[in-house]
Amino acid sequence: MLERAMSGSPRYYKLLGALAVLMCLGFASYLLVLEKGHGVTGLSRDVSWGLYIAQFTFMIGIAASAVMVVMPYYLHNVKDFGRIAVFGEFLAVAAVGICPIFIIVDLGKPMRAFNMLIYPTLWSVLFWSFIVQTGYLLLNILIGWNVLEAERKGTQVPGWVKPLIYISIPWAFGIHTVTAFVYAGLPGHEYWLTAILAARFLASAFCSGPALLILLCFLLKKYTRFDPGRPAISRLANIVTYAMFISIFFVALEFFTAFYSGIPGLEEPLKYLFVGLNGYHRLVPFMWLFVILGVAALVLLSVPKLRNNDKYLMIGCACVFFSMWFEKGVGLTLGGFVPSPFNQIVQYAPTIPEIMIALGVYSVGAFVLTVLYKIAVSVKEEVGA
Amino acid sequence: METTRRTFLKLGGVCTLGLGTLPIVNALGKTDPEPKFVANTRELTARRWAMAIDLKACWERGDPKCRECTDACHTTHNVPDIGNRQHEVKWIWSESYGNVFWSAANPYMPLDLDRKPVMVLCNHCAEAPCVRVCPTQATFKRADGITVIDYHRCIGCRFCMAACPYGARSFNFFEPRPYIKTELNPRFPTRDAGVVEKCNFCEERLSMGQIPACVEACNKEARAMYFGDLEDPGSEVRRVLAQRYSIRRRPELGTGPGVFYLI
Repeated sequence: MLERAMSGSPRYYKLLGALAVLMCLGFASYLLVLEKGHGVTGLSRDVSWGLYIAQFTFMIGIAASAVMVVMPYYLHNVKDFGRIAVFGEFLAVAAVGICPIFIIVDLGKPMRAFNMLIYPTLWSVLFWSFIVQTGYLLLNILIGWNVLEAERKGTQVPGWVKPLIYISIPWAFGIHTVTAFVYAGLPGHEYWLTAILAARFLASAFCSGPALLILLCFLLKKYTRFDPGRPAISRLANIVTYAMFISIFFVALEFFTAFYSGIPGLEEPLKYLFVGLNGYHRLVPFMWLFVILGVAALVLLSVPKLRNNDKYLMIGCACVFFSMWFEKGVGLTLGGFVPSPFNQIVQYAPTIPEIMIALGVYSVGAFVLTVLYKIAVSVKEEVGA
Repeated sequence: METTRRTFLKLGGVCTLGLGTLPIVNALGKTDPEPKFVANTRELTARRWAMAIDLKACWERGDPKCRECTDACHTTHNVPDIGNRQHEVKWIWSESYGNVFWSAANPYMPLDLDRKPVMVLCNHCAEAPCVRVCPTQATFKRADGITVIDYHRCIGCRFCMAACPYGARSFNFFEPRPYIKTELNPRFPTRDAGVVEKCNFCEERLSMGQIPACVEACNKEARAMYFGDLEDPGSEVRRVLAQRYSIRRRPELGTGPGVFYLI
């Protein structure tokens, strides 16, 4: 099937070429970091994780969200999702594939990355994170590929793939729970030290991921002969809506606990993020974008007249995606570093090389996604699905 | 020569067989038993090393610019002087009382107390969060309670920095060697860019029968630092802890810090 990735329209090659250019720019920036050290990034002694780890956290969520297509289709026999299940799985492959890259570019000693496997440390969450990511990547490649191959040949999915599909469902919940545990078990960071963090991660994943999948489906519909079908999109939109409500609700719960209890350690990160604290307010615009886009998304997705209109649905999904990106891909990681162990506020902003590297890693994901979707669409077009 | 499938498979088989014999060769070739180590008689030992810092004695020294302990430590350990707050590397340094004991501070304290210097360093916690999170066991607890880092195993993921509630860990954002401004100490290794470092309670000096460099330097003038075995009731640290009121940084986190501050 791989040969289908080798022949495509000029537009396909142009897209791949543009992504390759971005990847090269990212790689060149990374060479700069390797040469000069991580001092060329915006990271500091007090804010030791930044853009990369935040993007890693966000993308694990996108990957895990494939389960929102896989579970209804395979467990509850929601036939509409049959057309798009493989696209959900391939989105998971591309998303989880770049997560280890985000970790590797963050490492001070990337050439020693395999020390994690040479000295497996069962009590370290980062070790488990690495293991479950790799497992999830393999599961989704195997499942997606075999499901697609079966569709091409017009046969049943091989018997051994079925158990893998069932394993992949709890596994998806697992990868994002483990990601939350990376944060939620650290003493001294009140913003992360909350039992609801894993649930918050899952809820935000299950709205941002399917929202992205809906947008991708519309792109496929526009640029290829494959039509995912409105019923599948509408069902996905329902999932996005519920998950978005739950997400916002979970964030609101944090506000209640912090401000009703009045405990400064709980209040300060939220104050810093949403209104600024002691004159530091770099993240305030981002957090208000999260709120505004979140509210807009809920309106667009809740009103039947709007969500049944493709254009408003697309806008709604874009709002969900970016709203959750601001919350999780920006605010969550950085908010946890306020206040510092010396009760001070140290601000962080990524530098140009850092942003270029992150864009480079994202373009790796987009490249993989393009190739995988090209293969899937070619097969779908062939069998006339 | 043309390689047929037959010869290729034969060669492959022979090679596989060769690999399979490696453990046997290793087993036969092994003649030396495990190397024996001579006991280090000079070494200072303890069941749990700990430190007590006498804040009054430190402040009574009267010189707010006293840097004896920091200088002694940073010279001994080739700690680079990066020169900016964002990237600095430090093992023992001074922070203001208000920033160290912020949860214990109140607006009605003596005016200058808030700004009094408090020396901070790694607390060598009993339940160290940094050790718990390290994915490679590059940071680990020694039997004598010291939390150390293997600079050759650290992958620089900085999980330990996020886990340490005391801000005791520094990351080498740059190649540190050009920034070592003190005279190079050839008895202690310099570090590399991309690894995390921190106070090691002078484990290298303890093995030579010497007390930590900061304590030694402080004792010359002020006598504000005590070092000893927390598990030994007769040790200097235990004696002073039994006599004076002491506090620790953020004990409510359950880390069991091993650095005490005498009030």
